[in-house]
Amino acid sequence: MSDFVSDFWNLYVTVIVVGSILACAVLLIVQGKATFTPGKTMGHVWDETLEEYNNPMPKWWSWLFVITVVFAFVYLALYPGLGNYKGALGWTSAGQHKTEVDKVDATVKPLFDKYLAMDVKAVAGDKQAMEMGKRLYLTYCMQCHGADARGAKGFPNLTDNDWLYGGEPEQIKETITNGRMGVMPPHAQLGADTIKDLANFVRSLSGLPNDSVRAAKGKEAFAASGCIGCHGPEAKGTQAVGAPNLTDKVWLYGSSEATITETITNGRQNKMPAWKDFLGEAKVHLLSAYVYSLSQGAK
Amino acid sequence: MSGTQTTYNDKVVRQFAVMTVIWGIVGMLVGVIIAAQLVWPELNIGPWLHFGRLRPLHTNAVIFAFGGSALFATSYWCVQRTCHTRLWGGLLIPFTFWGWQIIILLAAVTLPLGITTGKEYAELEWPIDILITLVWVSYGLVFFGTIAKRTVSHIYVANWFFGAMIVAVALLHLVNSCEIPVGFLRSYSCYAGVQDAMIQWWYGHNAVGFFLTAGFLGMMYYFVPKQAGRPVYSYRLSVVHFWALIFTYMWAGPHHLHYTALPDWTQSVGMLFSLILLAPSWGGMINGIMTLSGAWHKLRDDPILKFLITSLSFYGMSTFEGPMMSIKTVNALSHYTDWTVGHVHSGALGWVAMVSIGSMYYLLPRVFGKTEMFSTKLVTVHFWIATIGTVLYIASMWIAGVMQGLMWRAVNADGTLAYSFVESVKGSYPFWAIRWLGGVLFLTGMLIMAYNMFKTMAGGNTKDAPVVAPVAHHA
Repeated sequence: MSDFVSDFWNLYVTVIVVGSILACAVLLIVQGKATFTPGKTMGHVWDETLEEYNNPMPKWWSWLFVITVVFAFVYLALYPGLGNYKGALGWTSAGQHKTEVDKVDATVKPLFDKYLAMDVKAVAGDKQAMEMGKRLYLTYCMQCHGADARGAKGFPNLTDNDWLYGGEPEQIKETITNGRMGVMPPHAQLGADTIKDLANFVRSLSGLPNDSVRAAKGKEAFAASGCIGCHGPEAKGTQAVGAPNLTDKVWLYGSSEATITETITNGRQNKMPAWKDFLGEAKVHLLSAYVYSLSQGAK
Repeated sequence: MSGTQTTYNDKVVRQFAVMTVIWGIVGMLVGVIIAAQLVWPELNIGPWLHFGRLRPLHTNAVIFAFGGSALFATSYWCVQRTCHTRLWGGLLIPFTFWGWQIIILLAAVTLPLGITTGKEYAELEWPIDILITLVWVSYGLVFFGTIAKRTVSHIYVANWFFGAMIVAVALLHLVNSCEIPVGFLRSYSCYAGVQDAMIQWWYGHNAVGFFLTAGFLGMMYYFVPKQAGRPVYSYRLSVVHFWALIFTYMWAGPHHLHYTALPDWTQSVGMLFSLILLAPSWGGMINGIMTLSGAWHKLRDDPILKFLITSLSFYGMSTFEGPMMSIKTVNALSHYTDWTVGHVHSGALGWVAMVSIGSMYYLLPRVFGKTEMFSTKLVTVHFWIATIGTVLYIASMWIAGVMQGLMWRAVNADGTLAYSFVESVKGSYPFWAIRWLGGVLFLTGMLIMAYNMFKTMAGGNTKDAPVVAPVAHHA
């Protein structure tokens, strides 16, 4: 695709670039023809003592200038630079990138293909595969989930056995392949008082200190306000929609009354990006096995 | 004004000269703080004193507050004396001083508060941009007004460079700061996507090229021959390198955007003009250093000349390094690493700061009615501390930068990266500590300078100097 909306701009760029480089050479040549009187001044004096010698420009310096000008023309003949002209070598930065990526892919493809043909659980038991998986993890995943995979506020811990969307190999692979979009809708319409009741109820579910009167009212509100639609009648969550289990001790955003109140009032939105197109299936497969392996020691 | 004899306006020079030293200390102190934050991350205290907010404060303070004040002081001094006339402009003159100081104070408040356009070296929001425009146009009127009423026919070479700097910076500021306000302290750029990036780096590289190079070459062309007591080496060289420099610098911006969404042809053109820029840049170094030929012995015991000539050496070094780093294959390694930071500081500390410091040591005793600084010995001490600090800074950043570049591109046999990003951060710590030490040394030198300055100012006779009549032509 052309970088220009019309051929005029192609011509415009070409003429100005060539003209400007030539102008540098012309400046040097014309000025070099001046009459020089080495060791003598130009005859002007400023501020009592400031004068200028009429010395010629150093030869080596003029040649340095000429060499860079010549280099510019040679380069423009070989590489893109003059508008739409592609250059004799046909080089493009996108082409260079593709060549380099293709070269690496061709070398490593058999290795990744070997693991792609294996079951995720089997890959998780392969020492070499897990070393590769760890390196992929440290390149693509650690920015959010942390170098130790223990997550952070809003970013799930991958080393425990609590899963928003399920911890089976297929579920993990689906999460990495297509990403996930988690939405807790805002419930400000319930009013501050009811939300406070709900927050106390939610805290009571995992044995955190709470106001028992409010928790009892919260339990009724939990059933009446639609919470069970996603979190289930027992508040144990629904992995199909990524609704968390509220009865365990794992908290994505925090367990304080204030944080839970904020979660209920304003809702939460969270996104795990899809890696299918960026990494390709083979790398996603290996990463799935690595993430699966992280929680195998956990209880 | 006393008597009937016309004097130079040295008051504004005095004001800007003192503020050069003060802002130098402030800007470099912030630099030392952010360098320390990289080594000891726990020093990032709260949002206001976080690295991300202090870093633009550092760059704005050293470039525009320190560098800017030095440019105002030296250009006002130089243009009056080489035009043999008092500064033109009446109230515009104090307006440039106070206006510039207010802009700096506004930057010092808004940047830590997180009020920013997000454009590097052009972070200040639109109301401040308008004030900058007013002050800068006034500066142009004062400078060119003075040139217009000169009593000599020829315009001295230093003024070409100061003049080009003033015109180009006005153009750069107006085009890059084009923004649409959406509130008192909020705006969006007029440009989008890769065009915005290109305009930004056209501005960014020319801020280096005109503000930090052309302007300071003007300084060099006045103070080097003055202090050396020798004529400028070659008039013709100054003509060629002046026109070539101001012409080619305008093209060099795209080398900041190699291997990005910028079209390939634009990247190529940016790289080529960056290479062509090598000779025009070196023209200034040659003219400065060769001016000293026949008077090399003066370097031995004149610390001001030491500053000026060392600054030209660093200038030559960084203007060689710059074109090399603009070559795509070199840039593929150096880009986004500390090598760039080192390169910038070999220019900023080695060239810009040293030539300004040398010029200030020339100016300060003269504007405060003395013949020399309170202590020449302290000037020498300052020179050595500053030089060692600069070398530590540059060398550590070279090593860290090349190491980072090599670590980022290293891959295992399976095509995965050999090092995670954080490993390159870990590997950089020792060099960041050395860089911090280099910065501390440089800042220490500035504190010595401030002491020396206040001692020189004490009990001074601050009368403005009378305008000198031009020497009759003897050609």
